[in-house]
Amino acid sequence: MKKDTFTLGGKEFSSRFILGSGKYSLELIKAAVENAGAEIITLAVRRTNTKDTENILDYIPDNVTLLPNTSGARDAKEAVRIARMSRELGCGDFVKVEIMQDSKYLLPENYETIKATQILADEGFIVLPYMYPDLNVARELQRAGAAAVMPLASPIGSNKGLATKDFIQILIDEIDLPIIVDAGIGRPSQACEAMEMGAAAIMSNTAIATARDIPAMAGAFKQAIEAGRAAYLSGLGRVLERGASASDPLTGFLRD
Amino acid sequence: MIKINGEFFDYSQIPLLQFLEENGYNRVTIAVERNEEIVPKSTYDTCILQDGDIVEIVSFVGGG
Repeated sequence: MKKDTFTLGGKEFSSRFILGSGKYSLELIKAAVENAGAEIITLAVRRTNTKDTENILDYIPDNVTLLPNTSGARDAKEAVRIARMSRELGCGDFVKVEIMQDSKYLLPENYETIKATQILADEGFIVLPYMYPDLNVARELQRAGAAAVMPLASPIGSNKGLATKDFIQILIDEIDLPIIVDAGIGRPSQACEAMEMGAAAIMSNTAIATARDIPAMAGAFKQAIEAGRAAYLSGLGRVLERGASASDPLTGFLRD
Repeated sequence: MIKINGEFFDYSQIPLLQFLEENGYNRVTIAVERNEEIVPKSTYDTCILQDGDIVEIVSFVGGG
């Protein structure tokens, strides 16, 4: 039986769980990554603090693909600068374009994201744009050369779940690219639900980082994502909007 | 003055490598941008920062 994998930037991934590395202590990142079975981890790029003696890369297993984000960028120009810096840091060509101007809700700037995606795709980056789920914008991102689309489920760090569920479903149904649900997933059940809908992968950071037992929660998410994917591939049963359909025989009842 | 990571330094010029060494930067774990252009690592030893340059020295950190 063919293994269920997905491809991004020519690389094949069997894990559909992308893990963020923010909000953890360094020791816990390693445990979380291992328990999650994650093959892609996001990182941010910031001004170097020379007082930091630890290098985060030392805590991430070697076989993991690094996905730097452009967090901090307020427009396409800043995102492009950060992406180029991240590539210069020498960990490959993947980049998650994240452009925000509003610090209260951290909602992405969809149109600046399209611009940045075009520039970076033309420079050979494997671009994964983080976006507010809008079908028209997703089409533009695809045209601009995005390798996937990352619609938000609810505000970053909120753990609120699939607030944009119906609009994510539209992207899954209409956009022929991996749809990676990112931001706001708070529980394994929500990750499972997104996978049942047909998402290619889930990204989560806060749900794991704010759990009481971080490595255990990473493991729970791993199982939930696998279950959701298996359910999707199995073909979910139909929903009866009205009425019931007996699960037991309608004959041979104990009556005349 | 040369602006590096938001701070002004009173140099008219300084070799990049000298600045990195004097200020505790590890050249392996950083990337350098000068006036919005990446400085390739292979050119660190010949790059001389000039008065009026705006420089960013960055590294990876945890992020979502």
